[in-house]
Amino acid sequence: MSTVRWIAVVALLLVIAVSVLASMLAPAGYAKQYRDAADAGPSRQHWLGTDDLGRDRFARVLYGTRISLLLAPAAALLSTLIAALVGGLAGYLGGFWARSAMALTDLFLSLPWLFLLITVRALMPLNVSPLVSILVTFLMLGLLGWTGAARVLCATTGSLRDSDFVRQARASGIRGFRLFWIHVVPNLKPVLFAQFWISIPVFILSEANLGILGLGVAEPMPSWGSLLKELEGLVSVGEEPWKFVPLILLAVVVTSFQVVLSKQEEVAA
Amino acid sequence: MLGRKIACRAVAILATALLGGLLSATLVRLAPGFDADEAQLDPHLSSETIEALRQKRLEQSNILRFYVHSLQSAVRGDLGTSISLGQPVSRLLRERAPLTLRLVGMGLLLSWAATMAIALSAARLRVPAYDAVTTAISGTLLCLPAAVLALLSVLWRAPGALAIAVIVFPRDYRYARNLLAKAYSLPHIVTARAKGLSEIRILFWHVIPVAAPQLLAVVGVSVSIAVGAAIPVEALCGFAGVGQLAWQAALARDLPLLTNITILVTLITLFANSSADVAGQALRGSQA
Repeated sequence: MSTVRWIAVVALLLVIAVSVLASMLAPAGYAKQYRDAADAGPSRQHWLGTDDLGRDRFARVLYGTRISLLLAPAAALLSTLIAALVGGLAGYLGGFWARSAMALTDLFLSLPWLFLLITVRALMPLNVSPLVSILVTFLMLGLLGWTGAARVLCATTGSLRDSDFVRQARASGIRGFRLFWIHVVPNLKPVLFAQFWISIPVFILSEANLGILGLGVAEPMPSWGSLLKELEGLVSVGEEPWKFVPLILLAVVVTSFQVVLSKQEEVAA
Repeated sequence: MLGRKIACRAVAILATALLGGLLSATLVRLAPGFDADEAQLDPHLSSETIEALRQKRLEQSNILRFYVHSLQSAVRGDLGTSISLGQPVSRLLRERAPLTLRLVGMGLLLSWAATMAIALSAARLRVPAYDAVTTAISGTLLCLPAAVLALLSVLWRAPGALAIAVIVFPRDYRYARNLLAKAYSLPHIVTARAKGLSEIRILFWHVIPVAAPQLLAVVGVSVSIAVGAAIPVEALCGFAGVGQLAWQAALARDLPLLTNITILVTLITLFANSSADVAGQALRGSQA
């Protein structure tokens, strides 16, 4: 493994560890208000200052990182499972089923991702509790983000279906679901893993975009998207640089994912 | 052959639009709160009016009937009325589309100018340091959410088209650089250089024609990315275009408006992708 990849792995592990230990490291809860110190700059008590409601920004960054980093993989897992089901079965069955599944996939892919997200988000109630908003946001990402992976999996399964070992298994009398489960699915694992890992940074960025547009995780629950919304109130870049900490953290995590996954992308393609 | 290809593409676009419309109508019909109408709670309305409103809602309860009705209205040019803005959707789209088209068009132009200039120089020079710097810049831009880039453009008072260009550039650059580098390393180009052909001639006669069909496909994809980028850029930079309209419609749960915008955007991206595909095939055909 190259040095750059090692640095990326260490950075990722560090951010994950800090977010997991958020409740121990944070000086206060993410919703606790210090009303005497609203919109304050960094101090010994509040390392990154407080927001306009007097909440400790450092605590919110830690908890927000935890939410984004825990739920993006969950959404990636969901989307990979759907992709495996739709793409895998379509590729395995072939013919009409493959064409129909791919037509549906094309329909989803023909729409810009952000348009699709905000359309579907708008179909659901917006005035929901913070916890429900988290579930809605990441469930939506998981339920809509399977299309690209399904295409790859359909093509991979199609080629596996015509491979010699599957033909031999079929000639030996193994058919139907058993053939798919025992002989095809294990060979899809590398592509499935690659698709899972590739989806994580995509979903992190999507949640951030939705959050900034006010369609993501609801207040007072923090996430990278809702934390970045604070940048809207800035007048100049150098004014309050500590407000950029969530952005730097997000960029470091996504860059680290990209560096670590550069090999996985080749497998996925 | 090309005519048949174009006809096939047109049919595919129409089928996708119809299917997309059906999907949108289904989603709108099944969305929570569709059956509720605030007007029915208005104490100023007579019981006959409330009954008429209820009947109108009941007529829309069947998804297929609702879809056919929406389709018939769309054919007549009536795309319905925006719930949040109280104006005809077709008028809103007519008013706002020119700004978005200008913004997206300029953004794409800027992005492709930068992509081609940097990708060509990186592929031609093959200086590791230059390559590393350009890859690092595009990689960093790729790791930032489009909405953050839009916010930064506001802070730096950069034009909206530039924000769209910055969002689109890293996606284009990655593909364009690889395609051009691959084209430059082809044996016939090495031979052409060995025979003393000028760099300009090599570029326009041997490199661009080889990479053009695939580059055209990337152009098609970049239209989709640019249209998607229009939402955060227009919403956060205050441009009254279709992207901002979509965002406002999403916040107000104005589903008739949002679904019409969605179908319009789908048609634009499908048209762009199909045109790029057909142009690429025509180019391949003329080269063969």
